[in-house]
Amino acid sequence: MSDPTSGSLVTSPPEQPGPVAGTSPAGALTGKQDKPRGLFGDAWYDLRRKPLFWISAAFITLFILMAAFPFLFTTASPTLPVGSGLSRSLEGPSGDAWFGTDIQGRDIFARTIYGARASIIVAVSATLGTVLLGAAVGVLAGFRGGWVDALLSRLADVFFGIPFVLGAIVILFTFNPRGAGSNEWKIMGLVILALCLLVWPVAMRIMRSSVLAAKQSDYVVAARALGASNTRIIFKHLIPNCLAPVLVYATILIGAYIGAEATLSFLGVGLQSPVVSWGVMISDSQNYLRVAWYWLLFPSAFLITAVLSFVMLGEAVREALDPKLR
Amino acid sequence: MTESILEVRDLVKYYPVTRGIVFKKTIGHVQAVDGVSFDLHKGETLGVVGESGCGKSTLAKVLMHLEKPTSGGVTFNGQDIYKLGAGGLRRLRRNIQLVMQDPYTSLNPRMTVGDLIGEPFEIHPEVAPKASRRQKVQELLEVVGLNPEHINRYPHQFSGGQRQRIGIARALALRPEIIVCDEPVSALDVSIQAQVMNLLEKLQDEFGLSYIFIAHDLSVVRHLADRVAVMYLGKIVELGSEEQIYERPTHPYTQALLSAVPVPDPNSRHNKAIIRLTGDVPSPTNPPSGCRFRTRCWKAEEVCAREVPLLELRSGSDHPSACHFAEKREIVVSHEAGELTELPTRTL
Amino acid sequence: MSNVYVADKPSAAREGRPSGRLLEVEDLRVEFRTRDGVAKVINGVTYHVDAGETLAVLGESGSGKSVTAQTIMGILDTPPGFVTGGEIRFHGKDMLTMSAEERRRIRGEGIAMVFQDALSALNPVFTVGFQIAEQFRVRRGMSRRDAKKRAAEMLDQVKIPNAKQRVNEYPHQFSGGMRQRVMIAMSLALDPEVLIADEPTTALDVTVQAQIMDLLGELQRERQMGLILITHDLGVVADVADRIAVMYAGRIVEEAGVYELYAKPAHPYTIGLLESIPRIDEKGQQLRTIRGLPPSLLRIPTGCPFHPRCPMAQPVCAEKVPPLLQLGSTRASACHFAEELVKRD
Repeated sequence: MSDPTSGSLVTSPPEQPGPVAGTSPAGALTGKQDKPRGLFGDAWYDLRRKPLFWISAAFITLFILMAAFPFLFTTASPTLPVGSGLSRSLEGPSGDAWFGTDIQGRDIFARTIYGARASIIVAVSATLGTVLLGAAVGVLAGFRGGWVDALLSRLADVFFGIPFVLGAIVILFTFNPRGAGSNEWKIMGLVILALCLLVWPVAMRIMRSSVLAAKQSDYVVAARALGASNTRIIFKHLIPNCLAPVLVYATILIGAYIGAEATLSFLGVGLQSPVVSWGVMISDSQNYLRVAWYWLLFPSAFLITAVLSFVMLGEAVREALDPKLR
Repeated sequence: MTESILEVRDLVKYYPVTRGIVFKKTIGHVQAVDGVSFDLHKGETLGVVGESGCGKSTLAKVLMHLEKPTSGGVTFNGQDIYKLGAGGLRRLRRNIQLVMQDPYTSLNPRMTVGDLIGEPFEIHPEVAPKASRRQKVQELLEVVGLNPEHINRYPHQFSGGQRQRIGIARALALRPEIIVCDEPVSALDVSIQAQVMNLLEKLQDEFGLSYIFIAHDLSVVRHLADRVAVMYLGKIVELGSEEQIYERPTHPYTQALLSAVPVPDPNSRHNKAIIRLTGDVPSPTNPPSGCRFRTRCWKAEEVCAREVPLLELRSGSDHPSACHFAEKREIVVSHEAGELTELPTRTL
Repeated sequence: MSNVYVADKPSAAREGRPSGRLLEVEDLRVEFRTRDGVAKVINGVTYHVDAGETLAVLGESGSGKSVTAQTIMGILDTPPGFVTGGEIRFHGKDMLTMSAEERRRIRGEGIAMVFQDALSALNPVFTVGFQIAEQFRVRRGMSRRDAKKRAAEMLDQVKIPNAKQRVNEYPHQFSGGMRQRVMIAMSLALDPEVLIADEPTTALDVTVQAQIMDLLGELQRERQMGLILITHDLGVVADVADRIAVMYAGRIVEEAGVYELYAKPAHPYTIGLLESIPRIDEKGQQLRTIRGLPPSLLRIPTGCPFHPRCPMAQPVCAEKVPPLLQLGSTRASACHFAEELVKRD
């Protein structure tokens, strides 16, 4: 009874009456009510009206298409020089090489397009891994409580305490020393592993705190009173209700990981040539900034746009999922 | 008198108060429920009233076997419910159900009404074969006065009163013998409250239910209850039929409580005198010695601090009361606060 | 409009307080613009309160009783809330058109408010003494020490034991009832002429509720304040109110003196409410209920907003909005059949 609007504004029960409530003539007037929606349905309804969502979604679709079907965007090869040999090395943007060429005469436009793939594969897989690992541990810790929680939380603190860049460098150097000549999939795997290992505590904490809150809620008590098993409570009641914050975090994390992949490549511990990725391109370009600005500019622009798109999408999703902001 | 369906004996629930995160040290106990005994008869409504912090909600949790008591027992159909195995506990769950206070938080927002009311059948599949469940859910919706066509809607599309009906339908699904109602109408608006109370009455007649009806609103309890237990700081201070408690209360706390309830009749403001209690309810972590009400009681004497008054029949009264000086009293007796100065100082 | 007594000098007006209308709300309209559409939360509310008088505004959740109070205080969330019409006159001067500065001065000194949830209305990181003293320092320019002394006096006035010590404690160290007393002390600090109490005892236990209502009544008599008591509790209203305004779907449906209203309600909604509450003083049988649910404010029924739930609804009720008409000198009802209701036995 505290919030005068909550009763009738937010819930706005469509055409009220049941048999007891009696049939009100006013109820019949409210014909225009679409199908019942769940909370995710509501969120989608909200999202559809946000320009921010559509802009970021469009960019993300574009990047995913690039990653999946790079040949739709360019016919040039990302690894072979445009001209014969190094004849067209370090040329500025022109009609047939839109973004110019790099020191080896390769088309920067084509490389940027092809570079999306490695960046996105790393970011998406690492996000999936991070969230799955973190959420699983978080649910376990939050639900079991007691010493399990204490142990897992301290473990998470240990990983959380490792400085990210330092930790990643140590891991990648240990398992992929310079000149080891590992193949590109192995390096990608290592980068993904390093990211997961260093960031899962954040996802774990988010999940743990939402589980802790949801565990106390009345509907969980009600389910217990019905005799529901722990499995049922976790999968039917806790996870669906705790997913939203992790989901939002995951969306933003994809963007952050695209940047992280580039950082590691730039530092020379992540992906290396001949793998094409935005990070590798930025790393390669660093010594030629004065003579070939376009070599740095275009991959960086793509990188920033991609990161921004995911962060904006995360923001839009958060607003849609957070009922308080409605 | 009809047979007892539930016998509660010396139920005690203490919660440890701890310090420290990993290595916890117990520094005291919250004595939420402290030695509660009563019987619930078949088909009756036992009202449990008391103010916040008196332990009535903890009592509900312990009765529902959501928490284990510190000591004491509850016997349902001749079996101690805290000694049941897994299978016995499942059967118990079918027989004792819970309706909660807040219809906004007690329904999982991610489940449809059909899923919510159908969940009891999923947990206890032996009750209803899968094929008949949808129809059963629709029947239940109809029983509690909701439109069976709304089976696919989500809780947030219903108003508070309608949600409480959903909660009641869910509790009813397994055809329990006892429903524990923990403040089922206190979150609802006045005009909706009456609808839900009438529904509870109708269902009791229809299904022969026994209710334990926990509430802070004395008027609501009087309307629904056959017998009433008054709780204060974890103990029952007075127990009797609705008429005995409301017309002939003998415990000072009951008298004060009843006199404080505002009567919806402006003419009563001149001819009624309210027993004004001073101060607040003491902390259940450190309750007063002897009678727990003595710190706020105008009758308190030295014996009250020394001896715990038992809930028993007292002379000149027809129902048990836990006061050394229990006496009948019309609730329209004036009493001004201020005699608290005569109280013995607290020994704890 | 011209008779501006006080707005800027409330203390001067205290002597020989004018007997005219202290606070008047006239035809107030507020709507909330939400994602799902425009909710007409208040649709022409008119009421007034005089010095020394208790007006109870009675209604269920969503009736607009609290929003009216928020609008008077100027604490309506905008957006989504927008005032679309009407006047709120304090000593005859419209508060909706005055400058923000003038309005701020009225808040606290002219009109103050007590909220339902004292715990969230008090700032948890400051002592209660500091929070009360702050008003004296900011608004009255008192020194830190004097203000603190006054704060302790205020706590004493609301009968908090050991006020001198407790002034240094934090809100969470007080029990629910004591916290509500602190809230009252805080709202009375600047000696307001009108106090709006929004469900002041709803969160409290009955024995404490009685204490708080006593205190409010006592303070009101001492200070000759106008008190607007917003509540849904028909029992509390019967105990303390002089006049009652019953709200439904953003309208006042009935207004009357407390005795008249309980003896012979003149609106079917009021009748329904009175019949649907269980009473402590009698063991009734089946409770009469008001069928159906309060309307969604996004789709208020045509005509009388209560007609879909009304047992005596006639075709005219769905077509014409019944105005709030005077019945005799002391009461008014917004029902097409009010006269018949009053005449019945």
